[in-house]
Amino acid sequence: MKLLEAEGLGYSVDGRVLVADAAFALGAGELTALIGPNGSGKTTLLRLALGVLEKDAGSSSIDGTAVESLSPVERARRVAYLPQASPLVWPQPVRDVVSLGRFAYGAALGRLSQEDSEAVQRSIRACQLDGFEERAADTLSGGELSRVHLARALAAETPLVVADEPVAALDPRYQHQTMQLFVDMTRAGRSVLTVIHDLDLALRYASKVLWMHEGRIVANGTPQETFTTTRLRDVFGIDAQVLSDGLHTRLEISGPA
Amino acid sequence: MNRVVAILLASLVGALVLSVALGSVPLPLDRVLGALTFQSSQGDQLVVWQIRLPRAFAAGFVGAALGMSGAALQGLLRNPLAEPGILGVSATAALFATFVLYFGLATAGPLVLPLAAVAGALIATLLVALAAIRTRSVVTLILIGVGLSSFSAAIMALLMNLAPNPFSLADMVNWMLGTVDNRSFDDLLCALPFMAIGVAVLLASRRGLSALALGDEAAEGMGLDLKRQRLAVIIGAGLATGAAVALAGAIGFVGIVAPHLVRPFLRYDPARLLVPSALLGGLILVLADIGVRVLPTDSELKLGVVASLLGAPVFIWIAARRRLA
Repeated sequence: MKLLEAEGLGYSVDGRVLVADAAFALGAGELTALIGPNGSGKTTLLRLALGVLEKDAGSSSIDGTAVESLSPVERARRVAYLPQASPLVWPQPVRDVVSLGRFAYGAALGRLSQEDSEAVQRSIRACQLDGFEERAADTLSGGELSRVHLARALAAETPLVVADEPVAALDPRYQHQTMQLFVDMTRAGRSVLTVIHDLDLALRYASKVLWMHEGRIVANGTPQETFTTTRLRDVFGIDAQVLSDGLHTRLEISGPA
Repeated sequence: MNRVVAILLASLVGALVLSVALGSVPLPLDRVLGALTFQSSQGDQLVVWQIRLPRAFAAGFVGAALGMSGAALQGLLRNPLAEPGILGVSATAALFATFVLYFGLATAGPLVLPLAAVAGALIATLLVALAAIRTRSVVTLILIGVGLSSFSAAIMALLMNLAPNPFSLADMVNWMLGTVDNRSFDDLLCALPFMAIGVAVLLASRRGLSALALGDEAAEGMGLDLKRQRLAVIIGAGLATGAAVALAGAIGFVGIVAPHLVRPFLRYDPARLLVPSALLGGLILVLADIGVRVLPTDSELKLGVVASLLGAPVFIWIAARRRLA
C-alpha cells in the first residue's frame, strides 16, 4: 500500500489552472524531491494531495484511505506537514513549539506524556537544536527558526513527512545535514516528500524526483533518469550540464537559457 | 494547579473580601464574617448580602468572562490586541439593551434589560458563527465584526438622537458607561448560565489554541479541525462576553490587558492562558470597583470609565512593545 497516492488532481482559481491532472505515489523508504520553477504549482499540489485544500478533480489517499474520510487527527498521525511559512505570533520557547508536533497524540503544552517528551527530545537532537530548548522563538535567526519548524514536524514521528522548502533558509552545512537526516529516515523505512529549489541537493540526495511545470507533473523518476539538459532548459529555462564521473553526479548551471 | 493560578486565585478571593468590607460604611472583618454567617445585625446582613456581595461577584464574573474571552480570541485571531467585542458581540448586546431603554421596556421587570442584551449577543454570535462556516479567512470574520459593531453603534446613536425624553437618554448613557452598581443576585443568576456555558466551551477547546500559534495551515496539518475550533471560540467567547455586557454594560480593555499581563508567566501558550486571564480579569475589575466606590467624587464614577482610563494607556504600551510580527 502506498503512503500517499494521488491521481488526476486538478485545481483552478478564477479559470486559471494551478494544478492539472497530477498523479504520483509515495512508497515507504523513498526520499522524493518535488522540483519546479516558481509558480509551477508545487505547494498547491502538496495541499491538494493532503486534503488541506479542496480539489476540483481527482483523488488522493493516505495509506489507502481517501483523504476526505480521514479526520484531521488521523491524517496528522500518518503524515506530518511542514508548510512553507509558519509565522509565529508569540515568543514561545523552542521546546514548546516543537512539542506542538505531538498535538495529534493529544499532547497539551506543559503536560506532555513520557512518550511525547521523548519524541520531542529526539526531534530536537535530530535537528541539532540542543541548547536552544528554552530560547524564545523571536530571538532565533531565520535558519534556526526553520530548523525549529522542521523539528516540530519530525516530532510527530509519522511514516511520511511532507515538507515545503524546509532547507531554503538554511546555511550549506545545515542544508546537507537536513538532507542527510531525510536519507537516514528513509533508510529506517519512513518516507519524505520535500519541495526543494536547490537542484544539486535534489540530484544528490533524492531517490525520486517529481518535476513540475505549469501545474503538471512532467517527469517522475530517479535523478539519474530525469535530469537531462533538455528538461532543465524546458522546465527551468536554464543552461545546465549534468556531469558524472561514474560515482557522483553533479550539476553545472551556466546561466539562463 | 500551577503557581500563577494559585497566586491569582488567592488575590481574587482577597479582593472580594476587601470589596465586601469597603464602601461608604466600612465594615471590619469580624462584622463581614458575622454578616456572611447570618450572625450579625440585620443592617450588616442587608449591606453584605443585598448590596456588596452581588456587586463584588458581578465585577468578578464580568472581569473573568472578559479576560477569558479576550485570551481565547487573541489566540484564535493570533493577535495580542484582539478584544472580546472584536466580533461585534458587545455592540449588538448594547444595542438591544438600548432598545429596551428607549421604549421604556425596562420597567416591565428587572430581568428585561439583561435578557435583551443576552439576546443581542446571541444573534451577533450566530451571525459570526455562520460566517465562520462559510469562510476560511479570519480577517473576514474580523471585518464582519467591525461591520456589526459599527452598525450597532449607528443605530444606538440614532436611538439617542431620537430619545423621547432626557430620562431615557440618561438611562442609555449611564448603561453604556458600564457599571455593576445595584446588581442583585437575580441579575447574576440571569447572566451566569450563559457565562458558564461560554467558559465551558472555551475551556474544552483550549488545546487547539496552542496549535494555532503556528498559523492556520500548520495547525491544520498538525491535526486541528480549524472550522470546529473557530466555531467553539466564537460561540464560547460570544456567550461569555454577551453575558458580561448584559450584567455590566460596556467595559473595555480588561479583555486585552489581562491576557497580556499573564502571558509571559505561561510561556506565551494561548491555551494555558485562559484560566489565569479570567482570574486576573476578575481581580482587576473587583479592585477597580473598590476604587470607584472609595474615591470621593460628587457622582459615582462608572466602572467602565475607570477601566478605560486605566486600560487605554496599557493598550498603547502593549501595541508599542509587540515582539513578533
